[in-house]
Amino acid sequence: MKGAPLSALMPILASSLRLGRLDPGVLILCLSIATIGLVILNSASEGNDGLVLRQASRLAIGFLALWVCAQIPPSWLERFAPHLYLLSLFPLVLVLLVGEGRGAERWLDLGLLRFQPSELAKFTVPLACAWLLARAGIPPGWGALLGCFAMILPPVLMIQLQPDLGTAILVGLAGLAVVFLAGLSWRRILLLAALGLAAIPASWPFLHEYQKMRIRTLFAPDADPLGHGWNTIQALTAVGSGGLTGKGFGQGTQAHLAFLPEHTTDFAFAVLAEEFGFVGVALSLLLYFALGLRILWLAMGAPSPFGRLLVGALGVSFLLHVSVNAAMVAGLIPVVGVPMPLLSYGGTIAVTMMASFGVAMSLSVRARRPRVP
Amino acid sequence: MAVRMFDGAIPNRRIELETVRRRLLLTAFLALIALLVLALRYAWLQLVEEEAHRARAENNRLRFQPLPPPRGLIYDRRGRLLADNTLAYRLEIIPERVPDLERTLAELRSFLPIGEEEIERFRHERALRRAFQSVPILFRLSEEEVAAFAVRRHRLPGVELVPYLTRNYPYGATLSHAVGYVGRIDERDLERLDRRRYIASTHVGKAGLERHYEDWLHGETGYERVEVNAVGRILRVLERRPAVPGRSLVLSLDAALQEAAVAAFAGARGAAIALDPRSGEVLLLLSLPGYDPNDFVRGMRVGEYRRLLEHPDRPLYNRAVQGLYEPGSTIKPFLALAALAHGMRDPSRRYLSTGEFRLPGQSQGYRDWRKGGHGWVDMNDAIAESVNSYFYALASDLGIDRMSDYLGRFGFGQPTGIDVPGESAGVLPSRAWKRERSREPWYPGETVIAGIGQGYWQVTPIQLAHATALLAARGQGFRPHLVRSHRDAFGRGERVAAEPWPSWDIDENDWRVVAEGMVAVVHGPRGTARAIAAELPFRVAGKTGTAQRVRSPRREEERRDMPERLRHNALFVAFAPAERPEIALAVLVEAGESGARAAAPVAREILRAWWDLRER
Repeated sequence: MKGAPLSALMPILASSLRLGRLDPGVLILCLSIATIGLVILNSASEGNDGLVLRQASRLAIGFLALWVCAQIPPSWLERFAPHLYLLSLFPLVLVLLVGEGRGAERWLDLGLLRFQPSELAKFTVPLACAWLLARAGIPPGWGALLGCFAMILPPVLMIQLQPDLGTAILVGLAGLAVVFLAGLSWRRILLLAALGLAAIPASWPFLHEYQKMRIRTLFAPDADPLGHGWNTIQALTAVGSGGLTGKGFGQGTQAHLAFLPEHTTDFAFAVLAEEFGFVGVALSLLLYFALGLRILWLAMGAPSPFGRLLVGALGVSFLLHVSVNAAMVAGLIPVVGVPMPLLSYGGTIAVTMMASFGVAMSLSVRARRPRVP
Repeated sequence: MAVRMFDGAIPNRRIELETVRRRLLLTAFLALIALLVLALRYAWLQLVEEEAHRARAENNRLRFQPLPPPRGLIYDRRGRLLADNTLAYRLEIIPERVPDLERTLAELRSFLPIGEEEIERFRHERALRRAFQSVPILFRLSEEEVAAFAVRRHRLPGVELVPYLTRNYPYGATLSHAVGYVGRIDERDLERLDRRRYIASTHVGKAGLERHYEDWLHGETGYERVEVNAVGRILRVLERRPAVPGRSLVLSLDAALQEAAVAAFAGARGAAIALDPRSGEVLLLLSLPGYDPNDFVRGMRVGEYRRLLEHPDRPLYNRAVQGLYEPGSTIKPFLALAALAHGMRDPSRRYLSTGEFRLPGQSQGYRDWRKGGHGWVDMNDAIAESVNSYFYALASDLGIDRMSDYLGRFGFGQPTGIDVPGESAGVLPSRAWKRERSREPWYPGETVIAGIGQGYWQVTPIQLAHATALLAARGQGFRPHLVRSHRDAFGRGERVAAEPWPSWDIDENDWRVVAEGMVAVVHGPRGTARAIAAELPFRVAGKTGTAQRVRSPRREEERRDMPERLRHNALFVAFAPAERPEIALAVLVEAGESGARAAAPVAREILRAWWDLRER
């Protein structure tokens, strides 16, 4: 049932006029992961078909976005990169003024559409950086670096104010990924890293109390087992109790008896780990990393410097999402609000992530037909 | 093309391509490392630490829900319920459902008797539970309180009326010292109880039979293995072992006789015990004043309890088994039998009572209770008229060793072993007893006053009744006990076998002499208790006794009403019918002044009631 909208989408995709622009590898991996995601969500939501259907329809919209983005001529994206970037800042400002959400104000309600503007920034920030660096020359000099920071910081700060540390960090890292890929010399990387490390203690007072708590919890989850340590402990218990082959579909007691918090969203991967065990974890991680590496591969083949930088950064961003979420669920890093792409319930990220795959496909295709400049 | 606005290397497509590709490859390499780290971490959690996490998950999910067993019931010999489990209502609050706890508490207090103590206990218990768990605030609501709550219920979300089983004692104070009571389990109880067995229980036997037979009455706690979710709500029952109800007790007591005895005392303090000499069964066990055991079940406030504890009449004190008194003249029949058994007295030989007895070579005089003495008396007269000088001489001739040895067989100086807790041992005067407590030797004068039940003597009413029963049974008696049988919830019963008391042979003729003397006490023309004979439809063998209080005043307020408290205690022992005894009785009236005038009439009322109630 949950696969229905996806399989219905296949013929449309296949018969699309510009099939050539679609990368079959990305498509197949993306579809497999999305299917796994819906299976897990179906279990985690405990037969809440509405939730599963909503997510399925968002994934369908995501595939549509993927297809549409794959059709965009590469030059358009580069030409309109600054405009798109500036455009994406407005909702971020807006969400600070009128946003809504659970404690943290992340959502923007546009009547029909309710979305997280911060998810857009994950795409537009590397877009703007790639645009700048492609222009400024590679490897980047100090001026270009400064320009990049000037574009990365405003959205990052606004997102941290929401407050959403995880997303803020990921947006920043997506931008920095461009700088890294552009070949910033190791000396400068080290210098910046040292500066960054020095800034961490300085930024501690600017963190929200709950964020500090999460960081403390990582180092001593048992200190407050019913409070802040709860998430970490219950997630570890869920994962560990899955064993080699897991408890089976719908049999995860941690998820179904509500011990596992946020089991449809940030901790959905723990449900997978509990119900399908190490086998399931290993298989899905392989699929995820295959998809990420495939996008890096597309970046290699992108014809333009801008394309290479942007697609590479999008691949890095995707891999970071996967790694951070998987590491968080496994208790390796603090609990941060980073969802597992295509697995966690959530519409904006599903659509933007797939759209970025489409962009990757578009940018990596070498122009076959001469285009009128 | 845009103007070159930024510094940096001169664009070179080849260099640019190489740089980015190198970085992309590096990224891919880092990604593979990340994959490896994650895979190792998940393998560690899921393959190495699996057992620990699995156990933790099971612990999360499974919970044992203990089920309290219904307590065994207590019946009297006619099947009347003495201790019952009745449906009661308690008020509970589920904190998470109460919008404003303080306002709710204030509202409840406006129409229910909730004091500071209840509030305090409520807050204490609330702190131990989670918000969705209900916390009791008031137990055993009356019908009026239930109704008062019902009409206000809509204004009190989160407050619930919960039905539960509670102990109920329909006879209240009448049976309080026999049956006892259960009370809330406190920290001291927890130290002696098996916590696992009592995990679901709120009350435990604290006094009387409820305490002595706690093991049988309690039953076995059952359990349910339940699956709970993260907030502890029960989702389903996986396994269930029902609780085993406690065993019910059937007593030899007769509640109607008990009520008749309370009426006979007419408000006086004292104790009365009746035994069946043929079996040792206790027919009556009364200590007055009593208390309402239901108050203990409900739980008393500190002040309430202290008032009860410090009341000058000492209602919590079980006089029947704990109270120590001088036996006074009630000891005389036993002494007479001792003298007969040792061949020290010819029952028909007459002695002259002059009003005073002297030991040879001593100036100390020991008096008769009648000025001028009783004249020439034989053993029958001596018992009937309670002639002190006869027994001074008898005791003196018998000597303390033979006296304490023979009277020891009647159970004096040791607990009878009745199945009511807290029994006192009393004092049977003897050389050995005195040696343990004093450097002084035994003086002959002490033997003399022991002969009329004074001096070191201390007996409990149960000892007196038991000794009388042994006498009535001619030395072939049984240990006193209240429980005739016990049975499980399916009615499978088991009789409690009477435990024989160490027996000895009493010569038939000796026995007849003493029994006839005791009959003369009641039915004889000069018997001390002849006033009660007229209204007795059967022949009673009895003996009056009047004795000083053993206990000296303890506190100032006691000293103030000393005249009343200092009055002698009145005693009466009896068995009946005299020829074939079916009941042995001891009656004590505190401050009754005279055994004949205060205790004997009470005994008569009890005996008449027994006669009317007895099974024919």
